[in-house]
Amino acid sequence: MNRFAMIGQRMTQAIPSIIGIIIVTFLLTRALPGDPAVYFAGPAADEQSIAEVRAALGLDKSLPEQFWLYLGDLVRGDLGVSISTGRPVIEELATRLPASLELTLVALIFAIGTALPLGILAATRPNTWIDHLCRVVVTAGVSLPVFFTGLFFVYIFYYIADLAPSPLGRIDIYFIAPDHVTGFFLIDSLIAGDFETFRAAFAQIILPAVSMGVFVLAPLARMTRASMLQALGSDYIRTAQASGLSRSKVLFAYAFRNALLPILTTLGMVFSFMLGANVLVEKVFAWPGIGSYAVNALIVSDFAAVQGFVLSMAILFVVINLAIDVLYTIVDPRIGMEG
Amino acid sequence: MAVIEQPDDKIESSLAAWWRHFRYVVSENPVTLFAFCLFGMFVFLAFFGPWIVPFDPLASDTSSALQPPSWKHWFGTDNLGRDVFSRVIVATRLDFMIAFSAVALSFVIGSVLGCLSGYYGGWTDRIVGRSVDTIMAFPLFVLAMGIVAALGNTVENIVYATAIINLPFYTRVARAEVNIRRQAGFVDAAKLAGNSDARLLTFHLYPNILPPMMVQVSLNLGWAILNAAGLSFIGLGVRPPSPEWGIMVAEGATFIVSGQWWLALFPGAALMLAVFCFNLLGDGLRDLIDPQRRT
Amino acid sequence: MKRRDFLKTSGLVAGVGMVPMLRNLPASAAGRDDTVVVVLPNGPNSMDIHRSGTNRPSYAIAVNVYDRLVSFGSKTLANGTTMYNYEDIVPELAESWALAADGMSMTFSLRKDAVFHDGSPVTAEDVKWSFDRAVSVGGFPTVQMKAGSLEKPEQFSVVDPHTFKIDFIRKSKLTLPDVGVPVPIIINSKAALQHATEKDPWALEYMHRNPLGGGAFMVDRWDPGVQIVYKRFDDWKSGALPGVERVIVREVPSASTRRALIEKGDADISLDLPARDFRELADAGKVNVQGAPIENSMYALGLNMNFEPFQNKLVRKAVAYSIPYKEIFEAAAYGRGVPMYGGKSMKPATIDWPQPYPYDTDYDRAKELLAEAGYKDGFEVPISFNLGFADWSEPAALLVQEGLGKIGVKSTLDKVPGANWRTKALVEKSLPMHMKNFGGWLNYPDYYFFWVYQHGHLFNSMNYRNEEVEALVEATLNLPIEDPAYEPNVKRMLEIAFDEVPLIPFYQPFLDVATQKNVKGYEYWFHRQLDVRNLDKGDA
Repeated sequence: MNRFAMIGQRMTQAIPSIIGIIIVTFLLTRALPGDPAVYFAGPAADEQSIAEVRAALGLDKSLPEQFWLYLGDLVRGDLGVSISTGRPVIEELATRLPASLELTLVALIFAIGTALPLGILAATRPNTWIDHLCRVVVTAGVSLPVFFTGLFFVYIFYYIADLAPSPLGRIDIYFIAPDHVTGFFLIDSLIAGDFETFRAAFAQIILPAVSMGVFVLAPLARMTRASMLQALGSDYIRTAQASGLSRSKVLFAYAFRNALLPILTTLGMVFSFMLGANVLVEKVFAWPGIGSYAVNALIVSDFAAVQGFVLSMAILFVVINLAIDVLYTIVDPRIGMEG
Repeated sequence: MAVIEQPDDKIESSLAAWWRHFRYVVSENPVTLFAFCLFGMFVFLAFFGPWIVPFDPLASDTSSALQPPSWKHWFGTDNLGRDVFSRVIVATRLDFMIAFSAVALSFVIGSVLGCLSGYYGGWTDRIVGRSVDTIMAFPLFVLAMGIVAALGNTVENIVYATAIINLPFYTRVARAEVNIRRQAGFVDAAKLAGNSDARLLTFHLYPNILPPMMVQVSLNLGWAILNAAGLSFIGLGVRPPSPEWGIMVAEGATFIVSGQWWLALFPGAALMLAVFCFNLLGDGLRDLIDPQRRT
Repeated sequence: MKRRDFLKTSGLVAGVGMVPMLRNLPASAAGRDDTVVVVLPNGPNSMDIHRSGTNRPSYAIAVNVYDRLVSFGSKTLANGTTMYNYEDIVPELAESWALAADGMSMTFSLRKDAVFHDGSPVTAEDVKWSFDRAVSVGGFPTVQMKAGSLEKPEQFSVVDPHTFKIDFIRKSKLTLPDVGVPVPIIINSKAALQHATEKDPWALEYMHRNPLGGGAFMVDRWDPGVQIVYKRFDDWKSGALPGVERVIVREVPSASTRRALIEKGDADISLDLPARDFRELADAGKVNVQGAPIENSMYALGLNMNFEPFQNKLVRKAVAYSIPYKEIFEAAAYGRGVPMYGGKSMKPATIDWPQPYPYDTDYDRAKELLAEAGYKDGFEVPISFNLGFADWSEPAALLVQEGLGKIGVKSTLDKVPGANWRTKALVEKSLPMHMKNFGGWLNYPDYYFFWVYQHGHLFNSMNYRNEEVEALVEATLNLPIEDPAYEPNVKRMLEIAFDEVPLIPFYQPFLDVATQKNVKGYEYWFHRQLDVRNLDKGDA
């Protein structure tokens, strides 16, 4: 019961931020230079057709009026129509969000799989050359712009070494996307029992996921090392060691479990950061996600698309944080009741 | 920390103690030493770069465009025949300026907001807290893009955009630190001694939040440079022809496939080294100021 | 002729591979001779060229999925590239056409066997509905129709099910070519009307997503933002049946990746690379690079008359003499263009278009002119260029900046994102000095002048106004080129443009494509989209 109360409370707390986001995004898009009506009216349009388009888009109304109409649409669940693609924003987001989420999750799995062992390794041998090496490696990862890492990987693994498939988005040209169930190609192809497609989709996702994952190794490994060090230095670990428990048991069953909370917090932050950082990787790998959609929308002043993108990301952000909080209470039942 | 008057010899001894601690940390951790040296080098280049480079970083010479690294052009030349080495060195100042001003701006505004919100609580806290939450809930890079796109792609606007997306971290750290110490004994004592709120905040609480913030600062410096590079990649970076690492990497990246790797590699390496240096410095600073590690 | 043989032989081989879908086939593109893979930066955002907001890549849908009444023949350039021939108008859906005795109307006889993709026959009713639609929906299609003096539905009539008539408002040399541009596509009106509503009488909503044509290809699959897959329409009658079964067009935003794909053989055709890449690919010789100078188009520098110094002709000339043309041709065009500088005389000898303007780099001359104009100490001016065309305009702008610096004119560079560009440069016309890239579809100098030099027109971003030019364009635009007044009129226009230089051309760009060696049948078109109908693929 308490857990539900906490979720409810968190949701109410998030409402002001969401309202803030709606207002700020609205103002920000209206501040973008460029007249969408001119863009939308197309080449060779005369003044009259631009005026017609402006009226059709509702951009001839005053700002408060536009905002009021926008709010009305939002309440009805209508995010408007993207002028650059001519399709409802909600439809665009629905097809593109899974692509971005899939990429982010795979990148996150890679990052966890690499950073946690490195962090633990460093914590068990503090201030040795292994510790320093771990630190240098993960810091190097966070020091390179993601787009540079991505392009570099493409050059090495595709162009030179021929190890990776052509960077053509989610799936190779000669494969057809699996039937839509979750929108995640990896999962959908497994559901369909189509291992060939699974392999193809997996081969496509490796490079972009690694380029993204490398960038977040540092915070994860750093936090793992720090909290493991703290845990390992605490009294109960000493007691456990003294009572003759095996090294791995002490390390994983006791120390790691206790070090998990701060790692989880970092994980939440990293995840939302990555969703935003998708933008650049998607551009390099022709990944049809929402990041590349948002960049294009911004460049052409596609108001509805930008607003829809930001709003959905903000909601996602709130949901992720909530999920982390709930996970917290599962890992450590002492926390959570008071929110 | 809150001692105001100290005899001179005491200051000297605390300085000496600090120096001893610094040497200890550095000697124990060669990586930190390396980071400090690197930082020194970058600062030197930022100040004196324009005087030591062999070529004018802006002068084009299309007859010697896209030449690979040689004795004459250590890092090769770009598509307009400009010397990449000179451009990489001269860019240090602009990049550091962007990073430092952005971080300084968010540091000052963030810590002041955080202090006020942590000290007064109540409505101040709620308003500041919600505003910060709102910024946090934005996809940060897209917010930066939006700000730069709306205001125009000048250096100042890139600085503002970077400062805004960094703001929440400082506000939160400052708020947390002040909030913990608000009820502490020395604060009560100072209050009883008749100090005003403003004085209390400025001289007693604010100095306390500096150490944890310093770590954040050095991490953010690196991030600020990366952020500017990302903006350059989508065409919203510093205006040409100013040399800037991010824009050089972004433009040079299109030359990698055709085999002119030096256009992206060298500015990329400089950028990486700078961010790397800031990050390691952050770790080093943490060691320096973390009381738990003092011996 | 060869295409037929090819089909016979490949039919057997391809038949096996052509099982329902392509799934799970080995991913070597070069190995599949029934499919062509194309990579480009941006794909279509609509299936309907008549809709407002439809982007340029969508014109390819109009070209490949729809038919027009007429098309253009082709010719081969000296460098081996095939291009359409604007002087040779050939049948497409119309078998033949005849001009009325008074020259005020034209009658088109349609093919009797042509069908739409759903199998229903093409009739004159469909043609009329389609033309009515193009002139009624407003925006770009209507403006383009107007250029050919096709302005209102009353001009179009059905004579019998297979005869269609256009009444002219005025005699114009542009009318028949305008019937061959991508806009007046022939739509399956019966199908469209099923989706028309009172609010949307032209079925814009439905046709935005669903093509209703009868062209050589059908849209097999469209994933907006990802790819479009064309499938051959085997009952196509308006031309020789295409040599390939399927064309996959993938969107790949990164130019480096598009280059890597063609070099590695994973794509058959790569579009829209920077000039430098085309030059290097051509030099390397592993793939074919085919390019034709884009007709009626120049990359140029526009000087805005609203900016005070540029109101003085001497200042404009000074700027024209301070441009490092050769360097720009090297570093922006990489030789993939035709120089538009260094002309011999201030008086044009021919009416060839575009032709070099009589300016070259001469800093001393520029300084003199500037001093004469009273700007001895120079002035300051921002140079603007479109972010979307940064690959050529950024190096060009940097070099212009350097050249101006040599005569004491200080400048800053201003990169303007796409949406803003159209507003600032073309609608508000507020950019003092800017990079221009206009190209006209209909290949006549007077048509270029109409758009670029006539006051108030969209692409006259220089705010240029000259009464003589206004009168000349009015008088010449609809004149047939055989008319004795045509040549002197055009020469006079060019002479004024040379002398007044509100627009300083650098070079005429190439439209290049990179193709694998076994890909045949690429053709340059004025609309600059890929016509996949003639593509063919031999053995590698």
